[in-house]
Amino acid sequence: MAYSEKVMDHFANPRNVGEIPDASGIGEVGNSKCGDIMRMYIKVEGNVITDCKFKTFGCGAAIATSSMATELIRGKTIDEALKLTNKAVMEALDGLPPVKVHCSVLAEQAIKAALADYYTKQGIDPTPIIGVIAECDHEHGCGCESCG
Amino acid sequence: MQIYADNAATTALSPKVLEAMMPYLTEVYGNPSSLYRIGSQAKEAVEEARANIARLIGAESANEVYFTSGGSESDNWAIKGVCRLLKAKGKNHIITSKFEHHAVLHVCEALKKEGFEITYLDVYSDGLVKPEDVKAAIKAETALVTIMYANNEIGTVQPISEIGKICREAGVLFHTDAVQAIGNVPVNVQDDYIDLMSLTAHKFHGPKGCGALYIRKGVRVANLIEGGAQERSRRAGTENVAGIVGLSTALELAISTMSERAERLTKMRDRLISGLLKIERSRLNGSKEHRLPGNVNMCFEGIEGESLLLRLDLAGVSASSGSACTSGSLDPSHVLLALGLPHEIAHGSLRLSFSDDNTEEDIDYLLKVVPEIVNYLRSFSPLWDKINNENN
Repeated sequence: MAYSEKVMDHFANPRNVGEIPDASGIGEVGNSKCGDIMRMYIKVEGNVITDCKFKTFGCGAAIATSSMATELIRGKTIDEALKLTNKAVMEALDGLPPVKVHCSVLAEQAIKAALADYYTKQGIDPTPIIGVIAECDHEHGCGCESCG
Repeated sequence: MQIYADNAATTALSPKVLEAMMPYLTEVYGNPSSLYRIGSQAKEAVEEARANIARLIGAESANEVYFTSGGSESDNWAIKGVCRLLKAKGKNHIITSKFEHHAVLHVCEALKKEGFEITYLDVYSDGLVKPEDVKAAIKAETALVTIMYANNEIGTVQPISEIGKICREAGVLFHTDAVQAIGNVPVNVQDDYIDLMSLTAHKFHGPKGCGALYIRKGVRVANLIEGGAQERSRRAGTENVAGIVGLSTALELAISTMSERAERLTKMRDRLISGLLKIERSRLNGSKEHRLPGNVNMCFEGIEGESLLLRLDLAGVSASSGSACTSGSLDPSHVLLALGLPHEIAHGSLRLSFSDDNTEEDIDYLLKVVPEIVNYLRSFSPLWDKINNENN
């Protein structure tokens, strides 16, 4: 298993690490039993995500996908951010080893969870907009390629 | 600074060992089964190595040592070879421990499919098998007890002579995977009541791809590799002559320098352990007392092992973790889980293992970089936030 140079770059120098004190939305996915937790903070102004930060407990790929996901949605509209897929995160990182695809799924879910929190705080039910975010429990996996 | 701290995975080939091997990689290339001079010279080298290894492990005779491709083959051969023969006599029970190497555990799983019942003994929080548990688990149907001499991840050294004695008294065969132990702690097959023992050269500065299985005289083992008449018709295949010479030379070097090395590495190990234990919410995995001189295995709460390893690599340190991330499974190390550690803590493990090539300067550097990296990773770990919130 080898990581691409882009993955190693985002792991060695993760972008947008930290918290946003007055975040518009915070989303957390994953669990400690599986070995990865991602927490995303977004700041929304108007319809635009003006800032995005993350905190992640996890492997190299978990940290790199978190970093890349924040880069991909910063400055984007909510609609654009909602369209972000795990595949796009992987492509931006020049691919991930098959066992690490799970991390890109978590990154996509973390963004969706942060957006769902933003809608909830606005008094809007997020489910019709975002859908249900699948939870990965240790026994069954999240259904991605890595979890099987 | 570049530090190799993964000597439990493999070691650098010793220049002296390479020198001893060179003639058999160059001019003495004959097949040991051939009659002409370079063949008989090769044969002579193999038999000299066999006698030397037999002496070094305390075997009664050179004929009790069989050369293999390494630890995994030796484990496979010992367990399958003994159990498949004894099954015909109604013995279909194997006793092992929960934290054996996969070369033992997966063989047991395979034999389970052939109708064997497997007892996996507990290793408790100190990573040690209790001899009385072995005694209690033995029954009339027991074919084999297989317990490793020292654990590959946490380095705990098992009470092998006590376990061996119990097996001998009960009339049950005893195999030990001594891959990590030999050359690092005193091993004597007769004093330890061992019937079968696996070893491999590359763990003590010998070459990869060459190991041995000790089979006590009179112990019957079915063949695993059929073919020519090599190894007295018990293990076919043209001998890895250079590898065998390397194994013998490396083992002799390792054992002749063992006590000085143990003393030096134990001091380095203990200095590193006490320094790293100053990191908040860190722990040493496995007994400190019954431990290989060069093994440190610790967990740091709130971080994940692979990211720790990758950061260490960026800082010039080659280490390993029990973390499953590297092996492609979602589960953490079966060894750490066997100690009773919860998953979230077992994910944050680090194994540092040392040899003759490591120095006090290596320890100084590790004591500087490991805490820095742990603190850095914790600085953006939501799990670390949770641990702190729960305790404040």
